[in-house]
Order: sequence, then structure tokens, then C-alpha cells
Amino acid sequence: MSVATEVRTKYEAVIGLEVHVQLLTQSKLFCSCSTRFGDPPNSNVCPVCLGLPGALPVLNRDAVTMAMKAAMALNCAINTRSRFARKNYFYPDLPKGYQISQYDEPLSQDGWIEIEANGARRRIGITRVHLEEDAGKSLHEGFPDSERKSYIDLNRSGVPLIEIVSEPDLRTSEESYDYLTRLKTLMLYLEVSNCNMEEGSLRCDANVSVRHAGASEFGTKTEVKNLNSFRFLQKALEYEIERQIEIVESGGTIEQETRLWDSREQRTYGMRSKEFAHDYRYFPEPDLLPLIITEDWKDEVRRSLPELPEARRQRFISEYALPEYDAAQLTASKILANYFEEVAKASGEPKLAANWVLSELLYLLKEANKEITDSPVSAASLAELLALLSKGTVSGKMAKEILAEMFRAGKRAAEVMSAQGLEQINDAEKIAAMVREIMAGNPKQVEQYRKGKTATLGWFVGQVMKATRGQANPQLVQDVLKRELG
Amino acid sequence: MALTEKDVRYVAELAHLELTADEVTEFLPQLDAILEYIQKLNELDTTQVEPMAQVTYPAAENPALRSDRPQPTFQQDEALMNAPEQGAGYFRVPRVIERE
Repeated sequence: MSVATEVRTKYEAVIGLEVHVQLLTQSKLFCSCSTRFGDPPNSNVCPVCLGLPGALPVLNRDAVTMAMKAAMALNCAINTRSRFARKNYFYPDLPKGYQISQYDEPLSQDGWIEIEANGARRRIGITRVHLEEDAGKSLHEGFPDSERKSYIDLNRSGVPLIEIVSEPDLRTSEESYDYLTRLKTLMLYLEVSNCNMEEGSLRCDANVSVRHAGASEFGTKTEVKNLNSFRFLQKALEYEIERQIEIVESGGTIEQETRLWDSREQRTYGMRSKEFAHDYRYFPEPDLLPLIITEDWKDEVRRSLPELPEARRQRFISEYALPEYDAAQLTASKILANYFEEVAKASGEPKLAANWVLSELLYLLKEANKEITDSPVSAASLAELLALLSKGTVSGKMAKEILAEMFRAGKRAAEVMSAQGLEQINDAEKIAAMVREIMAGNPKQVEQYRKGKTATLGWFVGQVMKATRGQANPQLVQDVLKRELG
Repeated sequence: MALTEKDVRYVAELAHLELTADEVTEFLPQLDAILEYIQKLNELDTTQVEPMAQVTYPAAENPALRSDRPQPTFQQDEALMNAPEQGAGYFRVPRVIERE
């Protein structure tokens, strides 16, 4: 499907995202079953999450704390009193016949997050952040009788989620992608979720409508589900926007419905739409008391908030004098930012550290298909190498080669250097001969030094290093130089 | 009678019940009578009463929160013990898929 550009520009898309984030608690939201992923099916279940008659839910305090962290980081107001509600629908992976969620009194509301659109920063409104429990998992394929049967694993039933609902403030698939990326980064910084899309820890539904550019009224929206990767999100939105434009262009009307993205066929499908399919008959959960958030609790959570990506980006610019672009790149991931800071501090060379992390190291990681967490070169190791580089012990070219070998063999800079015959020259006589030669060739600098400009020593060290291709022991070079120049 | 046959079919649909035309006719007055009885509550003036969903009122703080500590629970075979159908450690149900 493809709509001509001139037609496309006549329209504007209006997008709101509903993002479900699985919280990193050890136990479920309303019972003490483990939340561990990948355990044998139906092995982390109890009467509460199996929906057995008479079982009563008891709220997990830490799940509330994590949800509050997320809400605060999204600039939401925390409601002193919120309550849980039952969302009623029938599906085999929902054993109680209802999901405990929040409805008319959510945990928090009215926040925002900043995204970047066309080079400008823009605030996207957050309608609400609320707590709810996850459903179980249905397997429709992979069993001999899958034609006739579905298989249900209830390990995930009752796992805590937060739902983050945005205002319909997004206008393009790129903006939506950026929004979701920033949301994910934020959750990772807060350590409230691992946001693993394959494991379903981050799920996204989109409300999409189109209207004539400049119009103020919204068009009829569809809800697109099953957007379980960042790539899918963008593709599905593109598809859906164009589908709707084509319908409107040809004089049709958009039907309000739920559509599923099919990644294999690269299109969205309408789910069987019944006019009352969305009658969830919410009502207050009688088994749980209203949730009261005291000022003390709020303060406790606020104090525990880590430095967030935006603050860290600004600090990297001011503290390390990094270019905006580098600071943004480095803070896009907390782990990368931590790695960089460790290298910067240990080497004392923040700019060098930024360059080497962003270019050389990320390149090597990408080549090896590895994440920064699996880097064979530790931050301390890279810092050692950069210190050698900044002292002139090794040249930039040598450092690149050494780093590649450190990465390949998991060795430290000194080990690589000695293994490759790049080992240091420790022969004082050999160095002294070289020093005398350099002194003879540069009488002006010798005089400067002897007149008290001791900084010239560094220049001499550099000359010796250059002459030895960085292989001379710098400490020894210094000692010999001091003696000879003395 | 305030309730219509359409309402009865709607409620049945939400409950995943299949009703025959006769049953719809039979249940309509019954449901209607129940609702009419409940309507009596509307005679009370509750404008000064705060809506309440629980039988206990909230305290200033939450009296019943749990700390995040996992506890051993059912083994797989215990969990599946009463399932009408199971297989490979799963509950087995008639195939369900929402699709066009």
C-alpha cells in the first residue's frame, strides 16, 4: 500500500500510545508467586493468580513504589487516593474473568515527556500511569492438536504492569518511535523494568486517526494492537495511516475498531468487531481497599529517583564539555553512560573517552554483535589504554590496533603490547642514547628546559616516544631525560 | 417493563451465553423484576453519602500491603490437578483466536 506524497501531505495523523511495562518485582502484584520468566508452565501459580474461589488479593508495596517512580519520572501527579477496579472480559488466560486494573481513580495522571521531532524538543502529554495485573499466556501454535486446542500458561497471570497512556499528541510514526524509545530509556534508568520486548516486558498499542492537515477535530480512530517491536510499531503505524488516508480519499468512512498488526503479512487486520466488544463493565474492586499514598511514601520514592537521562545529558555537556550529539548518544542507555563515565574518570580524559566509546568500542561491539554489558574490554581496561594514548605512550593508530586485540582476546592493553612485541623498551642505556641524540638535534628546547621551563620535559618525552613508536617505558624516559637534561 | 429483549441478548452475549428465543422471553420479565427491586434503593437520598466500594473504610495508611518476597506456591501438577483437560504442563482449552 502506498499513498502518493502529495496526497499524504494533505493529511495529518493523530496518534496516542498505550504502553504496558512489566515491573521488575520478584513476586506478583497480588500474591507471592515468583515473576521469573521462562520457568516451566504453571509452576509459579497459587489460588490467587489461578482465580480459585475465595482467594483474596494482597497488594505488593514495592510494585506501587516502582509505579510511583515511573509516574514521577513522567512528571505525573501522584494521587493521594487511588483505587483498583475490575475489568471484565472472558478469555482463557484470564482465570478470574476479570483483570484487576485501575479505572476512574488511577495512581497518577497529568504528566509529560519530552521528545525530539524534526530537531525540536516537544512535550508529549501523559494522560495517566496506573497499576494493573497481567493475564496469562495463550499458545495457539506448536502442539499436535493446535488446530483444535489452545494451551494456557498462567505463570504470567498476576505479574505487575504499569500502563502508560499518552495524550493524542503524536503526529508521525517517527515521533511515536522516539516517544517509545525515550519511555524505554527512562524505565531502564529507573530500573523498574527490563523492557524486554521479546519477553513481553514492554508492549505497545496505538490509537490512530487521520484528519486533514490543520483541522482541529479528530477523525475516527482505530486501535492497533500487537506492536511488539520498535520496528513493528513504525511499520504498523505507517500502514494504518495510509490505509485510513486511502479510505477517506475514496470517500469512505473509518470504522472504529481494534486491528491487529500481522508482521508476516505486513498489514493490519480488523478483529471481529462487535458493537459492544468493549463493554468491560468496570466496577470498583471490592477485595482491595483504596490505595493511600502518604506524603512520606511520596518523599521516600522521590528521594530514591536516580539521575534521569535528560539531566545526565546536560551534566555530560557541562561537566565533561562533550558536544550535544555525543552527550545524547552516550545517555541513550544507562549502561553505556555508566561505562563512559567510568572510562572518563579513570583515564581523566572525558573527550577522548567519549570518542573512543562512541566510535571504536561501539563499532567493535556492533561487529561482534554484542551489547555493552558483554564487552570483553572493561571500562577500566579502556581507560588504561586511553591513558597510554594521552601520555603519548602509544599512537592513535597503535591504540586502535591494541584495542581490537584487547577486544578479540579479552586482554588488557599491557598484555597485548607485550604479546605483539609492542613491549616497552626498558633498557636505560638504549634510551639514554636516544635522548642524547634528540637533545643534540634540539638545542633550543634543551636551553628552555635548563632556564626553568620544566614543561618542556613533556615535549622531550613525546619525542622519545615517537622515535620508539611508543615502546619506551615512559617512566624510565622521564628519569633518563631529567638526568641528561639536568 | 423497562428492559427489552435486546438488553437480555446483550447481557447473554457478554456472559457468553447462548439463549433460545423462548429463553429470552422467559428471562426478560425475571431480569426486569430483579432490576425493579434494586431500583428501590434509588428512593433513598444519597447525595450526602460518599460512594463506597468496600465494606471497610480506608485508614490513613494502607493496613494491608505485602513486601515483595516470593513464596513457594503450587507445583505444576497441583496447579493442574482440577483442570478438565491438560497437556505438556498447560491447561488445555478449546482453541480461541480473535481474528477477522
